[in-house]
Amino acid sequence: MTLSLPGLRRGPIEVEAASTVPASSATPETLLSVRGVSRRFVTSRHDTTALQDISLGIKLGEFICVVGPSGCGKSTLLNLVAGLDQPSEGQLLFDNKPITGSGAERVVVFQEAALYPWLNVRANVEFGLKMKGVPKSDRTPIVDKYLELVNLTKFDKAFVHELSGGMKQRVQLARALAVEPRMLLMDEPFAALDAQTRDVLQLELQDIWARTGSTILFITHNVREAALLADRVFVMTPGPGRIKAEILVPLMRPRHLDTHAVVDFAAEIRQALQHDDYGSRAPEASFAI
Amino acid sequence: MAFDSALLHGVLTPRLRISVTREKAAGMLLVLGFYAALIGLWQLVYELEIWSPYLLPEPSQVLQSVRRYIDSGVLLESIETTMQRMLAGFAIAFVLGMTIGIATGSVKWVDQTLGSLVLGMQSLPSICWLPLAILWFGLSEKAIIFVVVLGSVWAIAISARDGVRSIPVLQRRTAQVFGASRWQTIRYVTLPGMLPSMASGLKLGWSFSWRSLMAGEIIFVTAGLGHLLQLGRDLNNMALVLAIMGVIVAVGLAFDRLIFGPLDNWVQNRWGLSGR
Repeated sequence: MTLSLPGLRRGPIEVEAASTVPASSATPETLLSVRGVSRRFVTSRHDTTALQDISLGIKLGEFICVVGPSGCGKSTLLNLVAGLDQPSEGQLLFDNKPITGSGAERVVVFQEAALYPWLNVRANVEFGLKMKGVPKSDRTPIVDKYLELVNLTKFDKAFVHELSGGMKQRVQLARALAVEPRMLLMDEPFAALDAQTRDVLQLELQDIWARTGSTILFITHNVREAALLADRVFVMTPGPGRIKAEILVPLMRPRHLDTHAVVDFAAEIRQALQHDDYGSRAPEASFAI
Repeated sequence: MAFDSALLHGVLTPRLRISVTREKAAGMLLVLGFYAALIGLWQLVYELEIWSPYLLPEPSQVLQSVRRYIDSGVLLESIETTMQRMLAGFAIAFVLGMTIGIATGSVKWVDQTLGSLVLGMQSLPSICWLPLAILWFGLSEKAIIFVVVLGSVWAIAISARDGVRSIPVLQRRTAQVFGASRWQTIRYVTLPGMLPSMASGLKLGWSFSWRSLMAGEIIFVTAGLGHLLQLGRDLNNMALVLAIMGVIVAVGLAFDRLIFGPLDNWVQNRWGLSGR
């Protein structure tokens, strides 16, 4: 089957922009809505605009990637959604309610060093449930379930320092999923891993997403990762951080690494990243999936 | 020597012998040999009569002195008194030091004010508080415990502060992300997370307190090991003096081996710091 490249837009994107998302079968209910959000960091010497006039919407069950070079404010955006930081202007609505702080409905998977070394794997996965006040007897089956989901059942008694980088990220993923968040926020979770491990984890994440039906906001600077995982990709540009383009990735799932379609979309995203006039030219390419 | 074979017998209990490798056994023999030689040298110096016997008694006299004071119950009573002062003082210092350390480690303005005071106080040997303590509390247990507290509280506070500071930002942010309350964060992240830095701070605090307690007991307080030491001097009983010095070393070592050693090992294993 053939299809033409999706429409590309420049500048701020309205909430309504992504009304047709082929890869997501969930109800088209907007879970997160970011409206005209700016974030400035003012110190005595510098006045930096990390984010300028960001608007976007994320629907239930969508997998969204935000791609951009370092310093484009993508992690700042994630922190705002997580409720770890407040915007200077604009509004973030989650479930139509303003985000006022962090909470287990929006959980973050960090790049590294976010596990607790004094706890074993099981206790780390249990952590969020414990903070939520889930009783001990109820925690065990939930932890078992998510350890199995990330293939770490055999390692439940291991200490953190005994795990490889990839296993640590799986523990983080299980810990985040265990509290059953409404939205999973992933801040370059695979960036510190070696290439082979990253490939494996990307495919596993796709599988887990398909099985759990989570809504995921995934920050990365890796265009192929975005093409492989995302329903929609937001391309950001630095100084000040803005959304430069929104790219729909209407490829069938499960997707596979190095297939033409994924590679071509990766190239498309890379072009959007590199060229200033990207959004203004008409999409013309068409190719087979 | 009977003394040595008893030691050897005590060290190599059947359960241990299984795990003791040949290399370890050789190391142990070396250490035992060293101390046997040292005691032999002491005996030799005694035989040569360089100093009169009341200034340098022979090893067996010291051992006898230890035995006599054990039999009379005085030694154990003194150890008990000393340990009570030590534990009471250290427990208070622990709670105080942890509180100060967590406060200075977490809140900037507290660090700038109280933190600077802690750093200053740490340079004052705690026995220097004794005159003040006597004026405030009189010649009482309170005064000596006060000195013990001040011996370790600053070292504990400083290491607690460093411990809080050493917790990676993402570990604290994770607690925030999962909606942990302030108390949950302290209970489940700050307290365990500061342990690697604490292990050495507690040990340091303990040794400071131990030194000031001995000094305090020698200077004024009745009962306790320091007092017994001073009694030895007053009676011109060198065997007693040496015996008590030995006991003080033994008690200090015991705590190091039984409490701080295992604590340190646990931390090293959990955090994977040992690199073995």
